[in-house]
Amino acid sequence: MLQQYGITVPQGQLADTPEQAAAAAAVWGDKAMIKGQVLTGGRGKAGAIRAVSSEVEAESTANKILAMSVNGYPVKQLLVTECLNIRAEYYVAITVDRTNKSVVLIVSTAGGMDVEDIAAQQPEKIRRFTLVGADEQVSTESLIQWLSESFPDTSLLDRATKITQNMYRLLRDKDCLLVEINPLAVTADGRLVAADAKIVFDDNGLAKHADIACLLNPEEYTADELEAKDAGLTFVSLSGEIGCIVNGAGLAMAMMDGIKLAGGNPANFLDVGGSSSPQKVLAAMRILLRNTRLKAILINIFGGITRCDDIAQGVLLAREELDINVPIIIRLRGTNEEEGRSLLSNAGMIVAHRTKDAIRDAVNCAYKETQQ
Amino acid sequence: MSILIDEQTRVIVQGITGRDGSFHTEAMLKYGTKVIGGVTPGKGGRTVCNLPVFDTVKEAVERTGAQCSAIFVPAAFAPDAIREAADAGISLIVCITDGIPVLDMVDLYHELKRKHVRMIGPNCPGIISPGKCKVGIMPDFIHMQGDIGVISRSGTLTYEVVYDLSEKNLGQSTCIGIGGDPIIGTGFVDLLEMFENDDNTDAIILIGEIGGEDEEKAASFIRTSVSKKVISFISGRTAPPEKRMGHAGAIISGGKGGVEAKVKALQEAGVVVVDRPDQICDLL
Repeated sequence: MLQQYGITVPQGQLADTPEQAAAAAAVWGDKAMIKGQVLTGGRGKAGAIRAVSSEVEAESTANKILAMSVNGYPVKQLLVTECLNIRAEYYVAITVDRTNKSVVLIVSTAGGMDVEDIAAQQPEKIRRFTLVGADEQVSTESLIQWLSESFPDTSLLDRATKITQNMYRLLRDKDCLLVEINPLAVTADGRLVAADAKIVFDDNGLAKHADIACLLNPEEYTADELEAKDAGLTFVSLSGEIGCIVNGAGLAMAMMDGIKLAGGNPANFLDVGGSSSPQKVLAAMRILLRNTRLKAILINIFGGITRCDDIAQGVLLAREELDINVPIIIRLRGTNEEEGRSLLSNAGMIVAHRTKDAIRDAVNCAYKETQQ
Repeated sequence: MSILIDEQTRVIVQGITGRDGSFHTEAMLKYGTKVIGGVTPGKGGRTVCNLPVFDTVKEAVERTGAQCSAIFVPAAFAPDAIREAADAGISLIVCITDGIPVLDMVDLYHELKRKHVRMIGPNCPGIISPGKCKVGIMPDFIHMQGDIGVISRSGTLTYEVVYDLSEKNLGQSTCIGIGGDPIIGTGFVDLLEMFENDDNTDAIILIGEIGGEDEEKAASFIRTSVSKKVISFISGRTAPPEKRMGHAGAIISGGKGGVEAKVKALQEAGVVVVDRPDQICDLL
């Protein structure tokens, strides 16, 4: 993608196995880089990016990196590239600054790993320039003027300006939240190469960009997350034991906080969304029940657009269709509360009125065994 | 009194012929809101809920004298709808639509500022001044007229708090859902100022969440400029950290945005911050 925008990147090849990596490294003679391909930062620090100086070393290093996980993401693929003879490393990024409601360019001469530590300890080494903000569009002249402090060499300055402009074009064209090149390497032969990069796309922009939406890698998500996506649910897996089904992200977060406060741990974040059909509740229950740690399910609904009777019907449907072996605690309030409540109590289920009480009951049910 | 909207506010609905637009137009009318027309390009001349539909906001404003527009159009058309409303002389935009790209909001935020147009949202439930007017999608039956102002980044969590308030006979002057997106038209500070200046608001409830620095900004504003009682709840203590934004996210936020930092800032400004939303009522 950077290449499409005229930015030089290292020559390289993808490899799925240590053997492929060794073969790819051989192309570069006695020096090559092996980079674990994962969708998160901190790879260099985790040891997932290494230089190798022989085919044999390439194979063993590839083997090691393929066995690693970075930030919980397993490395499944490698990129084998030329080993750049690097003279200097810059950090260059364009991103959205939500506090100042602006698009900012960030440049540091201290590129490479740990740039956020430098930001905290030596803030003077990180420079920021507002590209879109309260003032009207900035001029090319002022951008060049600003960049010249970081790139005093005129030939570098010229290319750095083009790279920055192209990064901005990419950000706007594809609705990115971040276009980051780190490091932007100055090589011994005087090239300016994007040695590594990271682009974050705005989920809200994907509808406009079919070419980006199709890049979505199903492996980035768990099976549960993909099923949730298909069912129109927002789902994030967590490490606790109490499964949560809530409508609205704020209420969901508040309830998870409440569980923690009551001495329990949420197993997940799940927002069933605004117009919840019984089918959505069924899908949510199916996903939650696959979790072997699950000890209780806590359903908390405040019916605005969502109708409590729809939720109740979904719960009854799930009881018929799924094998449920954990207690279900339900709290309903709001639109059609009475209808929902009577549907469930006719089926022998108890419905709480207050979130506080429901959380207490769920924590008691879930951890009863361990307490005894 | 109330802030932003009252029984005099003249409202149009952009996207009035859509499923959500027409449904909520009817609900707003039933509540007593002065909805006086709607806009859907290409559908001018029709009627929805006995209200005239216009092709453009400009025409709607000229013919009805509307001041406020509720936007229900799909995300892909929402930025243009917002611009059209601002250019036509609407002074208050309430954008219910969710899914607007962040970069579009960066542009719009500054455009609206330059044009002196206020926007609430996007991705929000809207505004209600109980007993007078509602511009939005919130369940109105849970509200009750009174003297407590509510500002929140969340929808259903606000309903939960409002339900508790009304149940204990603690009515509300105005409740505003400001929206959960990273960049929104109006943050806590402007609304705190309006509530501070509103004679009929005695206390303010501020419901925040993790991310951004709006709560921190609210805290420093409260410290210097708010004399009324402020009670707050911040959700997201257990939310997993955002991994994607990496270096740049950390540089930009500088370690701010977590619940602890927000709670500390608010407490230092004299705000009572509760652990659970249901504790808010006990403090009023």
